Amino acid sequence: MSLPLVVLLPFLGAIAAPFFAQGGRTAIAIASSVPALVALAALFPHWSVLAAGGTVLDSYEWLPILGLSFSFRLDGLALLFALLILVIGLLVIIYAHYYLKAHENVAKFYSLLLCFKGSMLGIVLSGNLLLMLIFWELTSLTSFLLISFWTHKQDARRGARMALAVTGGGGLALMAGILIIGNIVGSFELDDVLAAGDQIKAHAWYPVALTLILLGAFTKSAQFPFHFWLPHAMQAPTPVSAYLHSATMVKAGIFLMARLYPALAGTEQWFYMVSFTGMATLLLGAYIAMFKHDLKGLLAYSTVSHLGLITLLLGMGTQLAAVAAIFHVINHATFKASLFMAAGIIDHETGTRDMRRINGLWRYMPHTATLAMVAAASMAGVPLLNGFLSKEMFFAESLQLNLTGLWAWVPPIVATLAGVFAVAYSARFIHDVFFNGKPVDLPKFPPHEPPRYMKFPVEILVFACVMVGVFPTISVGPLLYSAASATLGGNVPDYQLAVVHGFNLPLLMSFMAFLGGLLMYSQRERFFNFHARFKEVDGKAVFENLVSKFVNQANQFTGWLENGSLQRYAILLVVSVIAVTAYPLATNGFHIGENGLSTIDWPTGIAACVLMVCALATVVWHRERFYALVLLSVVGLIVALTFARFSAPDLAMTQLSVEVVTIVLLMLALYYMPSWTPMESSRTQRIRDILIALAVGTGMTVITLAMLTQPFSSISDFFLENSKPGGGGTNVVNVILVDFRGFDTLGEITVLAIAALGIYAMLKNVALTPPPGDGLGHAWTRDHYPLMLRQIARPMLPLALMVSAYIFLRGHNMPGGGFIAGLITSVALILQYIASGMIWTQDRISFRYHNVIGLGLLFATIAGAGSLAFGYPFLTTAFGYINWPVVGKFEVASALVFDLGVYMAVIGATLLALVSIGRLSPHSAIKSKQEGV
Amino acid sequence: MELLFALVIGALTASGVYLLLRARTFPVIMGLTLLSYGVNLFLFASGRLATGQQPVIGTSANYTDPLPQALVLTAIVIGFAMTAFLVVLSLRNLADNNNDHVDGKREKAPPSSKQEREVTGK
Repeated sequence: MSLPLVVLLPFLGAIAAPFFAQGGRTAIAIASSVPALVALAALFPHWSVLAAGGTVLDSYEWLPILGLSFSFRLDGLALLFALLILVIGLLVIIYAHYYLKAHENVAKFYSLLLCFKGSMLGIVLSGNLLLMLIFWELTSLTSFLLISFWTHKQDARRGARMALAVTGGGGLALMAGILIIGNIVGSFELDDVLAAGDQIKAHAWYPVALTLILLGAFTKSAQFPFHFWLPHAMQAPTPVSAYLHSATMVKAGIFLMARLYPALAGTEQWFYMVSFTGMATLLLGAYIAMFKHDLKGLLAYSTVSHLGLITLLLGMGTQLAAVAAIFHVINHATFKASLFMAAGIIDHETGTRDMRRINGLWRYMPHTATLAMVAAASMAGVPLLNGFLSKEMFFAESLQLNLTGLWAWVPPIVATLAGVFAVAYSARFIHDVFFNGKPVDLPKFPPHEPPRYMKFPVEILVFACVMVGVFPTISVGPLLYSAASATLGGNVPDYQLAVVHGFNLPLLMSFMAFLGGLLMYSQRERFFNFHARFKEVDGKAVFENLVSKFVNQANQFTGWLENGSLQRYAILLVVSVIAVTAYPLATNGFHIGENGLSTIDWPTGIAACVLMVCALATVVWHRERFYALVLLSVVGLIVALTFARFSAPDLAMTQLSVEVVTIVLLMLALYYMPSWTPMESSRTQRIRDILIALAVGTGMTVITLAMLTQPFSSISDFFLENSKPGGGGTNVVNVILVDFRGFDTLGEITVLAIAALGIYAMLKNVALTPPPGDGLGHAWTRDHYPLMLRQIARPMLPLALMVSAYIFLRGHNMPGGGFIAGLITSVALILQYIASGMIWTQDRISFRYHNVIGLGLLFATIAGAGSLAFGYPFLTTAFGYINWPVVGKFEVASALVFDLGVYMAVIGATLLALVSIGRLSPHSAIKSKQEGV
Repeated sequence: MELLFALVIGALTASGVYLLLRARTFPVIMGLTLLSYGVNLFLFASGRLATGQQPVIGTSANYTDPLPQALVLTAIVIGFAMTAFLVVLSLRNLADNNNDHVDGKREKAPPSSKQEREVTGK
């Protein structure tokens, strides 16, 4: 349990930390330190197992089907990184306590820092590659938030975005690589993957997997050509830089390479990709670092260079080089974190990080200066400091590579050259900042030593540099051994951690690097002039350009696709339907299934012909809107007849009543609208549209024919069998609506209600003046409410209501039901509006349609919820009838209540919609406003 | 019979699609109505064509598939709600823009770009 706890604690701390913000800055800093202290205590007991070369495994199932488990695994390598993360994390918390200003959001800072810490620990302790991937992405996200901590700074936001884009993109590549590995091995468990090294390397997909995984590692560890994000991430507060960009996050890529070393390393591809990338990064970073005037910029490029060095060592593929790589991870973390902190102190005390202005600080802050100088000397590789030891190992390994001919000279020369640069920029850091005359125009003058304990973390780290440098075997020997053993799968070579190995070639290289570096620094003016002749490629500008180019293109594409023309969308929609279905339809062709065709009887044939003729006539005369509408109504009526003809009485009745309401609605709309359509489209357009329409029509015909002649099986047997015993009704369609699929129906009437309310809202306070005539030169009739119609309509109302009540009540057993009855009632009421006018009718209707809709929905829901009271799921009545005959009787009633809800919702929605349109005209508006309809 | 039914659906769809591509709201609404007829008949047809087999228990020896009927019944009602909504949307368009063009253009505003001229024609 202790391993998941170690990972989980920082996240819990992140949640808890803000609550301590009330207690002041010290309280929150102490609270934030607790998770790390507990974690250290939890890791300590495992040391005996790890020192013996063992691993600790703690695994819980998560998604076994995907191969994802909560599996945590501790070995020497994981322990080394966990210690770096925890210890430097603690120091950073102390440092940040003094660094952050009083007005800054300390709670947010510590929370994010703890989240980041948890994610990092997750990466190094994961025993499952998929789990590691999750934490990997989490570090990208939390580091994004940390870099952009000062959200008011544009540079910080941009730097953060760039870091996220690069490391997040790399994360995607890594995910693909890990999926391939998991596919090869058959498991994502780290133990299985590490044991399957030979299998992976022999697999045909190995090159792809390796490339993808290395992409993830290189982006995270800022390797060339992805190094550009790291210097811009320096916009982060300095504690973040010290933590993320020296000790932890940028080391995640290194960790990944070391972690998968047994599984992936040892091939030619590994050697060339990793070592040459490392070499390029090493040299480029060291070279650029020399010319940076910004303190943190110098350190950032130096970090890039050192990460390149570690990568190069891992790429060499020899066991000793791997040991050196891990050793340098420790050393670099200690001296670079302390240097970042020192740079932060200098920035804090002088108000600037420009080395052209910061000079001669030795006089003002000797204590900080001493610490920074020791750390910088370690960075340069001065003997008796830890940087020297790993650098010597690196030089020695660069001579051992099996390269032929002139190539054999390349690594040692590159190594020495990088050493020269490193000495030069370290010398600059020391000399320019602490000596070299007097400060120039500092924002804060005179600078003085920072608070006592702000230097404390730096002191600890510098002390570690010296300790490792002088007593390497005692200080880090066991830890390094166990980490190297874990990396190399137990085959640790013989190596000696001695301060001096005697006079040999590596020492000579160090010596040359020193002389060269000091010489270079003394001649820096020339180098600066030389460097100034080249136009510097600004990684951020390139990146921003790229991003804005993509954004522009996306905008253009969107603008082209979505230009605001509904006509265009309609055409695109229809054409894409044709495009998608064309191929399967064309290959299948005109197909008549096994059931064959049945004979046509005369009445049906004639009706179908009338329907088709009327549909086409609607199109032909569509610009004469009134005639087109009449023709359309004929089509609707024949559709209703079609339903009746083919054994669907419920549908026929529904279609018939909806048809009436729809046509009335369209006529009402036509009253306000122009009564004819102008000729707007060109001949070409019309021909194009006709072709599109014919294509869709043909497609539908072919599909329908193929479907109709196929034999089929349906789930409806269940409904037919259970309708009477389960739902208590013989009209299966109605039982499906109110019982089997009652939830659907409830949704359906809700949609209806929303549409009606939408209509009401859309037309509220809108006034439309109808044109004076029908547009064809005829004035409207003066007789608004014809006497005959009025006289017929009034007695019709009670009759129609009676019919609808009958239809409603018999609905469960015979064709009918709530929908149809509601529509019939609506038609009857609409007839009153038409015959006698808005005012007359409204005067006699004492309820608002909104309430009718609401009540309808309420009834339907209550009827559904009623079954809950009897311990059945929402809207079930079917099964109760079988078990409890007494309650079964009740259930029939509950279905009826549901249908009543449907009935009311349909009436309310239909009438609200129509009345909303009806009251648009000025003379009905006056009255209905008072009524509040 | 099946061929005739398929032709009816084809004719309804083709007429509907043609009207759907028109530039004024009223023909578009009529087109959608025709299209809904076609679609409803198509959904209904997935239960196959049966004569005298209405799914009311006890009225005949065999019953046609009741499920498509239940689906189509609600589809008809929802289709009505959609039509009503569209009608009102077009009325609102008419009130706001003094025009019934589907692209929501204002009356007598000259086409602003070449692209728009192409779409409206003329």
